[in-house]
Amino acid sequence: MNRLDETFGRLQAKGEKALITYIMAGDPSLQETEQLVLELERAGADIIELGVPFSDPIADGPVIQQAAERGLQSGTSLRRILESVARLRGMTQIPIVLMAYYNNIHAFGEADFCRKAVAAGVDGLIVPDMPPDEAGPLREPATAAGLHLIFLLAPTSTASRRAYVAKESGGFVYYVSITGITGAKLNDMVGVRDNVAKIRKHTKTPVAVGFGVATPEDAARVAEAADGVIVGSAIVRRVGEHGQDGRLVHEVGSFVRSLKAAMQPG
Amino acid sequence: MAIPDRHGRFGPYGGRYVPETLMPALLELEEAYQRTRKDTRFQAELKHYLKEYVGRPTPLYFAQRLTKRLGGAKIYLKREDLCHTGAHKINNAIGQALLARRMKKPRLIAETGAGQHGVATATVAAMFGLECEIYMGTEDMQRQALNVFRMRLLGSKVTGVDAGSRTLKDAISEAMRDWTTNVRTTHYVLGSVLGAHPYPVMIRDFQAVIGREARKQILAAEGRLPDCLIACVGGGSNAMGLFHAFVPDKKVRMVGVEAAGLGVESGKHAARFAGGRPGVLQGTMTYLLQDENGQVNLTHSVSAGLDYAAVGPEHSYHKETNRAEYTSATDDEALAAFDLLAREEGIMPALESAHAIAEVVKCAPRMKKNQILVVNLSGRGDKDVQQVARIKGVTL
Repeated sequence: MNRLDETFGRLQAKGEKALITYIMAGDPSLQETEQLVLELERAGADIIELGVPFSDPIADGPVIQQAAERGLQSGTSLRRILESVARLRGMTQIPIVLMAYYNNIHAFGEADFCRKAVAAGVDGLIVPDMPPDEAGPLREPATAAGLHLIFLLAPTSTASRRAYVAKESGGFVYYVSITGITGAKLNDMVGVRDNVAKIRKHTKTPVAVGFGVATPEDAARVAEAADGVIVGSAIVRRVGEHGQDGRLVHEVGSFVRSLKAAMQPG
Repeated sequence: MAIPDRHGRFGPYGGRYVPETLMPALLELEEAYQRTRKDTRFQAELKHYLKEYVGRPTPLYFAQRLTKRLGGAKIYLKREDLCHTGAHKINNAIGQALLARRMKKPRLIAETGAGQHGVATATVAAMFGLECEIYMGTEDMQRQALNVFRMRLLGSKVTGVDAGSRTLKDAISEAMRDWTTNVRTTHYVLGSVLGAHPYPVMIRDFQAVIGREARKQILAAEGRLPDCLIACVGGGSNAMGLFHAFVPDKKVRMVGVEAAGLGVESGKHAARFAGGRPGVLQGTMTYLLQDENGQVNLTHSVSAGLDYAAVGPEHSYHKETNRAEYTSATDDEALAAFDLLAREEGIMPALESAHAIAEVVKCAPRMKKNQILVVNLSGRGDKDVQQVARIKGVTL
């Protein structure tokens, strides 16, 4: 069974929500990424999302753009990220999802990527510049390998897009809580609740909410509405601040603990 | 099969590789665009502005002295440099601004490299009373300071982009981020036959007036079709604009000229067909300069408008089907062509268009005297005078 399905099933049985934490692979180095993944798990993360650094990340705000630049500077490639995931699998079974722009996957080769990613221990893939309409070359190899393709919905999505994307998405549906790019401010919780409810009419797949979840308070509010809470820029900003000062693992760990504590039911 | 198909595919190229947030806006734009194609009132309005405001039709000028000097084919220049604002870019900007008005979007955004598309968009925004913000790489702002000031005089906000290579590519990414954030009130006036469907086909259609006029004009002047068309290719809108009406005329060769910068072998260039392979950048699948991991390479050209890592997907299709040929000209060749056209014809071409002239210099002498070349002189060189002076070591 895919680790994502197993994790959501276990949490749902306990009435808990998934904390999904995003960091950029290779920021500041892949070795530190591996340490951070283990610390994120200890701090209460349920699912890890690893960003694949790309030269032209159109869906990302400045915080993740800069993290991608640091990742590229440390020599990070998709191939080396898969080696890291394989090493991590000797130590943890936490679900790992990659978030990669399409050109990196295309350059690797779609079918080759799906096989090698699953062999390394990757459970799902998010491609922010690939709506399901363009997912043709990935769909078959991903299904064959057991890799979930996770698609996004947005506040601008129409009813027909919601029906289509919700059905196509595997593992979870990624609801983008704001009309904008990563790292912007979350200000419309009513809209989030509304849209999550509408998505649920089309699918039994869990719905997770991300973009703009920055504080324990945000995480608590989103956890009331959705099956999962995705936190990216707020963590990546701390990696940027402490990447060189020896407190990296501690600072990121304590922030994630505060997110997890805020999400506990009751 | 229709080209492009309903998914915006030119063979394997094109498509719609964008964040989901933008998908409804692209679908809305496609619908609005398809409606206006058949809407005689819209077409009449567009025609009115192209004639009365842009100054169309632009002349097809026989360059007698250049023809004599090169000693081969007869050379005709399609004078897009005489359009209002000094380049073909306004043909598309007017069309998209009219569309934005129909879609009731009060705000326009655009990216710009050389500044010509930014100036064109700022101009039509002023004329239609729309709010306007232009994104421009800070490297390009320095190279094209005059155009930055021009856009501000026209009442637009110019926002510098300090990411990546600080050129056109980064300006497009930032404009896409703005659009993603403000999509409900904003129309993104993309400036070339790039990006996600329907932009490449829509912009081609707005620019196709160039080739329709040129075809009529050359038939009137010579009683026959030209042997060869030449145009520079950055994103490729002036080239698609000239080529489109001639695509069914199989005997007419079509040549696109990319920027070879310091030379293709130097690695410092923007010759996508010589040094690239298919990939996805900023919404479309097309030839792209990239490394083995799919990271987009930095590009170089003396001409900001050609300094871009990808090319319009329809050009990739014409390349693959061999309907068009693609070649390149170096910075030095373009600068020599700039001088040549100024001295022989009294016309200063934009450095972008100078790349097309550089190809004329190479191929006209090899052609017979009764053969005909039509070159798209896509923009005027006034914006480049300061840069040319700097390169020549002249202090103004």
